[in-house]
Amino acid sequence: MLNLDQYSCLGEALRDAVDRWGDETCLIESDRDRERTRLTYSDFKELALPLARALEDAELHAGERAAIIMSNQSKWLISAYAIFYCGAVLVPLDYKLTAAEQLQLLAHCKAKFAIVEYYLWRTMMQSPDLKNLKALVLVTEAPLSADLANGFRWEDFRRKGDPVFVPRKREDVACIVYSSGTGGRPKGCVLMHENYLEQCKSLTTWYPFWPGVRYLSILPTNHAIDFMVGFIGPFVCGACVVHLRTLRPEFVRDAFVRYKITHVSLVPMVLKNLERGLRAKFEALSGIKRFVLDYFIALNKSFTRARPNPKLSRRLLPQIHKAFGGELAAMFTGGAFMEPSTLEFFYELGIPVANGYGLTEAGTVLTVNDLKPFRADTVGKPLPGVELRILNPDSEGIGEVAAHSKTVMSHYLDDPELTAETIVDGWLLTGDLGRFDGKGHLQLFGRKKNMIVTEGGKNIYPEDIETAFEGVPVKEYCIFAANYLWPEKTLGREMLVIALRLEEGQEFASALKDEIVSRNRRLPDFKRVGGYLVWEKDFPRTASMKIRRAVLAEEIGKSRERTAVSEL
Amino acid sequence: MRSSNQTLEEILTLAAAHFKVAREKLAPDDDFFRTLGLNSLQTLELLTRLEHHFRIELPDYELQGVSDFRTLAERIQARL
Repeated sequence: MLNLDQYSCLGEALRDAVDRWGDETCLIESDRDRERTRLTYSDFKELALPLARALEDAELHAGERAAIIMSNQSKWLISAYAIFYCGAVLVPLDYKLTAAEQLQLLAHCKAKFAIVEYYLWRTMMQSPDLKNLKALVLVTEAPLSADLANGFRWEDFRRKGDPVFVPRKREDVACIVYSSGTGGRPKGCVLMHENYLEQCKSLTTWYPFWPGVRYLSILPTNHAIDFMVGFIGPFVCGACVVHLRTLRPEFVRDAFVRYKITHVSLVPMVLKNLERGLRAKFEALSGIKRFVLDYFIALNKSFTRARPNPKLSRRLLPQIHKAFGGELAAMFTGGAFMEPSTLEFFYELGIPVANGYGLTEAGTVLTVNDLKPFRADTVGKPLPGVELRILNPDSEGIGEVAAHSKTVMSHYLDDPELTAETIVDGWLLTGDLGRFDGKGHLQLFGRKKNMIVTEGGKNIYPEDIETAFEGVPVKEYCIFAANYLWPEKTLGREMLVIALRLEEGQEFASALKDEIVSRNRRLPDFKRVGGYLVWEKDFPRTASMKIRRAVLAEEIGKSRERTAVSEL
Repeated sequence: MRSSNQTLEEILTLAAAHFKVAREKLAPDDDFFRTLGLNSLQTLELLTRLEHHFRIELPDYELQGVSDFRTLAERIQARL
């Protein structure tokens, strides 16, 4: 891989990577069983430089912001490369947000350019908020007959002639990544080139890539993990990234085999789905076949106790490994949500799943399992260069995890108050509760802050959801994460609760419940409120009439039990 | 060519069979995440079954933001 110490910015490292790995396959894009694109690093460069030149000619200057709103595909990475080549700041936005949310974030980050997939632009064009859009929009894959309003076709937006590479310093801003918070307070993490270069260096120390590695990119590329492990990491190592346009489970399974995938990152939900599928197949085996399978699984387990032995595992359990393409070296998953039994299930089959922990504010990853030996009950050890502390530990050693590392973001965009609450004396306060075990592994036990993380890896901030309930006929309401009201040393049972303060003399009638249920249904499934409780006192408020959430949460938590929550 | 109502009815029948629930328990405006307790992966599986039935290809994004059978039927009808 490239020696990242010698680079001052991502654009420079990526530029050298495409030159160094010229003939290696860099990107494969498949739609169902049809391969749409296969590019070498040289092909990639040929596609990216005319775009970079056109962006330069359109006056995208160093430090200015260009957003990408696209599902995972080669055009995402080509666009990102061109943006970095111009020295501009990349703003990767979640393509699963609503058009209104995307437009809100484009305005918040003051994007000069936005590169948007056609089907998303189609919806954005219908949004009343479009009138506030200041960015110049490049639309990918638009039909020739499509009306793009003021947008330009991405495919036509290219110029001949070499663009001028614009270098940046390590402390310059590389990306603004929204860690969620699309309601009243967008949380744009401002990440520097240093953050990414250091993160990439430390991750590849434990999990190196090389030419021949084929990484299956399933997590959204706008997400910190895929951006690092499915773009920057593979590129600086000359590896290949495989994109799928269809993420249906059956096509994902086929892709493992067709492209002999070696590495993949998955959210817990997908991993559990794979586990369910395999378990069902095992259950369906006849008695003797099942006996033989169990015997070889036990044998594999005993031989891989100290560390993985992929070659041996593939020989002992060939059918299972063939179903994953036969070359799968490791799967990565994030989070405390991962059930140890799922991790153990795969490890016993000879497929190591490296469980890690991180947050956008910390670059990507703070800890990951090094598989020496495999541990299913922790989120691993701090990566090289990452210092972690447990603040105010209780009698069991559990306290808030704080991180100090060159990978920690600079600040939240335009929010010094939130930055000051989050980064204190150079330490990032994660809001997660954890402790170290005797072997230096971090174990997570819950969350101190008012948020939940879904099984699909989404951060949900209750404040962001409150607008969906505006106008509900009650005196006031407030939404909390149940685990924030009633802290538990667990990450299970996460749900959102709406606290309702009724008008004087008002009863909680079925019409009111129907109204709340109806509003709730308009939210995406992962943002829905799970229960409600009626609160008999006025909410405490600040002088500027904002709800004092922390105070209210404490009052509710102390005077009510979790069982007081009624299901919606 | 099917009518919109026919398309909707066929989707409800297929969803009921796919998720093994009684057809009469599903209504056009039902939120399938809630009624059937589905996650996004399971809805993608249903999409595959619908594609086979209607002999069309539905990009994943057609399901983005869709949570009820009626809207799903509209998306499918537009591609028939």
